[in-house]
Amino acid sequence: MTILNPTVASITLRGLFGRKRALLLLPIPVLMIGLTVLANGVANSETQWVDPLIRGLGFAVVVPIVALIIGTSVVGSEIDDGTIVHILTKPLSRTEIILAKLAVAAVASALVSGLTMFVCGLIGVSTQFAVGVGLGAAISSICYSALFVMLSLVTRRPALFGLLYIVVWESLLGNLLSGTRNLSIEQIGLTLAARMADTIMLPTHVKLPTAIVMSCLFVIVPTLIAIQRLRAFTLAGETS
Amino acid sequence: MTPVELTNVSRWYGNVVAVNDITMTLGQGVTGLLGPNGAGKTTLLHMMAGFLPPSQGSVTVGGKPSWKNPSVYANLGLVVEREAAHNFLTGQEFVVASAKMQKLPNPAAAARAAIDMVDMNDAAGRTIGTYSKGMRQRIRVAAALVHEPDVLLLDEPFNGMDPRQRMHMMDLLHAMGEAGKTVLFSSHILEEVEQVSGTVQVIVAGRLAASGDFRTIRRLMTARPHVFAISSTDNRRLAVALMREDSVAGLDVGGSELSVRASDYGAFTRALPRIAIAEGVRVRQLRPSDESLESVFSYLVAQ
Repeated sequence: MTILNPTVASITLRGLFGRKRALLLLPIPVLMIGLTVLANGVANSETQWVDPLIRGLGFAVVVPIVALIIGTSVVGSEIDDGTIVHILTKPLSRTEIILAKLAVAAVASALVSGLTMFVCGLIGVSTQFAVGVGLGAAISSICYSALFVMLSLVTRRPALFGLLYIVVWESLLGNLLSGTRNLSIEQIGLTLAARMADTIMLPTHVKLPTAIVMSCLFVIVPTLIAIQRLRAFTLAGETS
Repeated sequence: MTPVELTNVSRWYGNVVAVNDITMTLGQGVTGLLGPNGAGKTTLLHMMAGFLPPSQGSVTVGGKPSWKNPSVYANLGLVVEREAAHNFLTGQEFVVASAKMQKLPNPAAAARAAIDMVDMNDAAGRTIGTYSKGMRQRIRVAAALVHEPDVLLLDEPFNGMDPRQRMHMMDLLHAMGEAGKTVLFSSHILEEVEQVSGTVQVIVAGRLAASGDFRTIRRLMTARPHVFAISSTDNRRLAVALMREDSVAGLDVGGSELSVRASDYGAFTRALPRIAIAEGVRVRQLRPSDESLESVFSYLVAQ
C-alpha cells in the first residue's frame, strides 16, 4: 500500500495553481518582504522592527493566511465543485488520499511562508536568525495545513472557521488568556523559531518541550480526523 | 454473485423519508431507474455507490456492502449528475488519471480505449473547461468505465445532451448491457428509458412503484384513462355526440371547459375531429389535463 497517492497529489497540485485563488499568494510575500526592506532602511536597529514585523505580521498573519488559502483549496474547493467524487470513486484507501492532499498543502505553504520569512530574516538580521524564522514558519505551516484540511472535511465553510481560529483564538484569546497559548500554532511556531534562531528578540510564551509535542499533535490529530471524515463522506443529492 | 442488491433499504433525513423500504436486485443488462424529480432516485444511486449509508436495510455491490468500502470501486463506475470534472486537465489527462488511480497495469492504453468508446478522440487533447455539456458527460463516462467495471451507475446521463449525443450514449449503454455488464441509469423521462432498457424500476415518492419488463409497465401506463380538457364553440353539443363513442368513459360539462375521460387514448383522439366536423362544432383547444409525469406515476402507485 502506498502512503500517499502520486496521481492524487499531482491533480491536487495542478488544481491548486490552476485556481484563481492561487493568485492571492503572490502579493502576500511581496508585501511582507517589501515592508521588511522599508523598516530595515528607516530603523536604527533591528530590535525596533523584528517583533512587530516578524511576529506581528509574519507569524500572526502571513503564515496562517497563506496556509489558509492553500489548505482550504486542496480539499474544500474539490468538495465545493464536486470534483472530489472523481477521486473518491477509486479503490484507494482514504489515508492515501488525505496524505497526498495534505502533503501538497503542507509543502506548498511551508515553501511560500518559509522562504518569505527566511528572506525577511536575512535582510536585516543574520543567517542564523533567517534559518530559525524560516524553519519556524515552515513547521507552523505544516500544522496549519493539517488543521485547515481537516476543517474542509468537518464543515462546509472551512475558510470562515479557519479565519475564526486565526483571529479569535490565536490573536484575541491568545492575548487575553495565556492558557490558550499552548493550543496556538502561532505561539508554538514562535517558540520553535526563537530557539532555532537563538534570539531574544522574539517573545516566547510556550516551553520548548511543549512546543515540540504540540506541533506533532497539531499535525497528527487533525489528519486522523480528516481521514475518518473522508471515509464517511456523503454526497447530497441535487434534486432530492 | 449478484452485482447490486438492495434489501429493505430506507433512508431518511430527519423527518423526511427519501427512500422507503426498497428491495431490488440488479442483474446483468441495462436497467432504467425511472421516477419524477425528487422521487429519491439520486439518493438510491448514492447509496448503491457508497456515498450515503442507508438508514435501514443493506446495500451490497458484488456481495459486499458499498458504504465505507472503497474496494468496491475496483468493480464499479459512477457518473454523478453534477457535471464536475477537473477543468484544468485535458480529457486525455483526466481519463489517464482515473486509470492510474484504478492502478491499472497500462493506464495509457486503457484510457485510449475508453476515450475511443465514448467517441472523444478528437477532443481528448483539449482541456475539459472548453468542452460542451455533452462532451463533459462523455469524458466523465470514459473516466468511469476506464477500468471496465462490471457495474456502471449513471445519474441522469442524458441531461443536456443533443439528440445525436443522446443516441450515441444509448448505443453505448446498450453495448455494455449486451456485454454482460450491469448498467443502471436514472431518468425522469419515460421515452429515454423505453429506448435503452428492457428492465425498469419505477420509484415514486421514495417507494418502488413498479418493477420489471418495460412493456408490462408501458401497458399499465397507456391503458390508464386519460383526461382531456376541451374548449369549443358548443361544449354541450359536442358532449352529447361524444357520449356515443365507446372510447369515452365519462364527461363533465360543468364550467367553461368540457372535461372528457377517455378509456382509449388512440381511438378518442381519432374520433374527436370527425365528430366535431359532423356536429359543426369548432374545437378551440384540446389539452391533456393529466399528462404530467407525476400523474402517470401516481396512477402506477395506485395500481
